[in-house]
Amino acid sequence: MAKVKRSPWLLHYDGSSCNGCDIEVLAALTPVYDAERFGVMNTGDPMQADIFMITGGINTQNAEVVKQLYDQMPRPKVVVAVGVCACTGGVFKDCYNILGGADSVIPVDIYVPGCAARPQAIIDGVVKAVELFQQRSDEHDKLVKQGGRPDAAKDAVKEDKEVSNG
Amino acid sequence: MGKRSIIPYGPQHPVLPEPIHIDLVIEDERVIEAIPSVGFIHRGLESLVDKRDFNQMAYVAERTCGICSFQHGMGYCEAVEHIFGVDVPDRARYLRTIWAELGRMHSHLLWLGLLADGFGFENLFYQAWRVREKVLDMQEMTSGGRLIFSVNVIGGVIKDITDEQMQIILKTMDEVEEELKVLQKTFLEDYSVQSRLHGIGIITKEQAHDLGCAGPFARASGVKVDMRKRGYAAYGELDFEPIVSNAGDSYARCYCRMMEIYQSIDLIRQAIGKIPKDNTLATPVKGNPDGEYFMRVEQPRGEAVYYVKANGTPNLERMRIRTPTFANLPGLCEMLKNTELSDIGLLVLTIDPCISCTER
Repeated sequence: MAKVKRSPWLLHYDGSSCNGCDIEVLAALTPVYDAERFGVMNTGDPMQADIFMITGGINTQNAEVVKQLYDQMPRPKVVVAVGVCACTGGVFKDCYNILGGADSVIPVDIYVPGCAARPQAIIDGVVKAVELFQQRSDEHDKLVKQGGRPDAAKDAVKEDKEVSNG
Repeated sequence: MGKRSIIPYGPQHPVLPEPIHIDLVIEDERVIEAIPSVGFIHRGLESLVDKRDFNQMAYVAERTCGICSFQHGMGYCEAVEHIFGVDVPDRARYLRTIWAELGRMHSHLLWLGLLADGFGFENLFYQAWRVREKVLDMQEMTSGGRLIFSVNVIGGVIKDITDEQMQIILKTMDEVEEELKVLQKTFLEDYSVQSRLHGIGIITKEQAHDLGCAGPFARASGVKVDMRKRGYAAYGELDFEPIVSNAGDSYARCYCRMMEIYQSIDLIRQAIGKIPKDNTLATPVKGNPDGEYFMRVEQPRGEAVYYVKANGTPNLERMRIRTPTFANLPGLCEMLKNTELSDIGLLVLTIDPCISCTER
């Protein structure tokens, strides 16, 4: 953590969660737990966000919204799935309207378990996301400095994403 | 007449952590009509009755909403208990009341915080949530879970609150009451807060009644409805009166919820004073339920109705939850008419929206 040079901004979207995890995400940002001491700030604007935090599973109506929010975020980006519903679909996995966890529409880097996920676990996930974001942005910068085309940088980041997914 | 245009609000919007989409038809800066579209969180949990048996459904019912999770579980369990015709042990009824009131306190404190955030008073938001953490600590101490703590089973509860824990709860209630008095000064008397709340988003008593509003939203407009007066759990043995305000504006809603936190503290003190000493916490049920029942409980957001129909098999035939937040949506759309565009975020908050239980 000592090497963090930037302050990643966090975008939170509630997929189809029961609210438990959303409230815990907010609680993690309030001074009792204070995720902001890691340089993370909550933003409502996907265009300025670096870490995408998604709670709840994906259903047929919000799949497009989640995809759109993910595409609007600038590269590099990190996705954190908070709570068991965002990881796998959880208790609602068998519901007719649920497609599955967040990884059924977007690539997910970090999975935070729990129902509802505790603020401590969420902060742990955020810290991991900050580290991953740092690593990715360094690679991104290196590629751009070497005169690589933005497309090439894009591909490199994509590859890296697949590795961390596996 | 100015030019009409449509501004979409949501589904992803900074003022609310949950997705709701409203199309606002505006003329200059004034809202003419608000058209909501729901379904972003629809999971279809009522359909899970085909795949889970009636005992497991208690845990699914709790996950209708993470904020009033205990009360959802309690409503479902009481409905099934009525079909079985079992008597819940007295201690379990009191324990349910204590947990339900703790849930109401943390829900209202959460709302007060979000309201403060809605009108841009971030410090007040943090202060309200700091007090709320104390209530969550009580829930964690007594049940092991911060928000979702599946202690309800058909026939009673599975965890007990010991005498030492009750003393800790009483001590914390004193602390919370003291801190609440400080918060109350800002929420109800501060000049800038009042200027954002007074006279904005008025719903009259007739409108609230006709549109079927529920909970503090209706009580702030002078409709005296409180399902706790029906006397489920241990409410029949406790002394309280519904808190009603006649103004019908945003300030009245803030006032009602603020006073309900004091009322919850009082109810918890009464319940701890009257709780009977008893070793049995749950009456075991035998066989499968057969029959149907309507259960009405008062949640932090208003009246919730549980309809359960069973046919003698482990799987229920139908479960239907009518949530207070969905009942409040017509009131919201009526309220949004003829308001300034800049007040929309705040006004949506004043009905205490909980989209996950609206859409289930």
